[in-house]
Amino acid sequence: MAGSFTWALAGGGLIGLSASSLLVLTGRVAGISGIVGGLVEPKQGAIAWRAAFLVGLLAGGAALSRLVPGAVTARASGLPPVAVALAGLLVGFGTQLGGGCTSGHGVCGLSRLSKRSFVAVLSFMSAAALTTFVTHHVVGWRP
Amino acid sequence: MKQVAVAFVAGVVFAVGLGLSGMTNPEKILGFLVVTGRWDPSLLLVMGGAVAVHFGFAQWALRARKPLLGGAFELPSRAQIDGRLVVGSILFGVGWGAIGYCPGPAIVDLVAPSPSLLVFVAAMVSGIAAHRYGRWESVVGRAEPANGRAH
Repeated sequence: MAGSFTWALAGGGLIGLSASSLLVLTGRVAGISGIVGGLVEPKQGAIAWRAAFLVGLLAGGAALSRLVPGAVTARASGLPPVAVALAGLLVGFGTQLGGGCTSGHGVCGLSRLSKRSFVAVLSFMSAAALTTFVTHHVVGWRP
Repeated sequence: MKQVAVAFVAGVVFAVGLGLSGMTNPEKILGFLVVTGRWDPSLLLVMGGAVAVHFGFAQWALRARKPLLGGAFELPSRAQIDGRLVVGSILFGVGWGAIGYCPGPAIVDLVAPSPSLLVFVAAMVSGIAAHRYGRWESVVGRAEPANGRAH
């Protein structure tokens, strides 16, 4: 089995291929938080493709976990449940306010050389690095 | 109908990419974000690999008149860098850095969930709904009117 760095590059390539086929063929952006947001607040004519993409995510995850056991398994978080819930609220609310997440800003936006996405990626990367520093080294949590 | 089929296949490929690259494991995300100790550059390689493949297609899309299957491009139209963008991204980053899950991997991992993942996803959807249905204009200001394509 190739090293994990090779898999990281190859997996990234697949993500790029997915985003490209969606954009080139259908004109839609493969931003997960936008896709989920569009289902939480559904608008006519914009539901089917989003639902299909999400079902595809689950089908792909299920298929991969059959082929490569352990590749798709949620870990128990070391955080107390209330902190897990708070993290979820922040991820949900923040991605909607900021207009994207790791996929929408990180992959699709950077590829369009969007200034907004560069600012978003810098903001969420530094906030995330600072947060892990605090939780690991100051609070001592090991999620 | 073709669009829906493409979206399904794109979802499958996206999930396989996330799984193969290890991004569905929050420990790998946290190993990237914790820059002290044994740093794991995987996330950077995944984003780099994805952008390397997507870049040319995205640039084509910015110039093309319409997608190959017809219809119209739906690209973000806002170009303004405002407080919402920065504050929203920071809030997202704090949640992401605390648990190691961003929206995509969290959804893919639902096929083999843990109790904390279920709590996380339920809270994430609540956070999305809170933003979509809440009246936040008085708190965060109105979104800048969209004009022109973002570049």
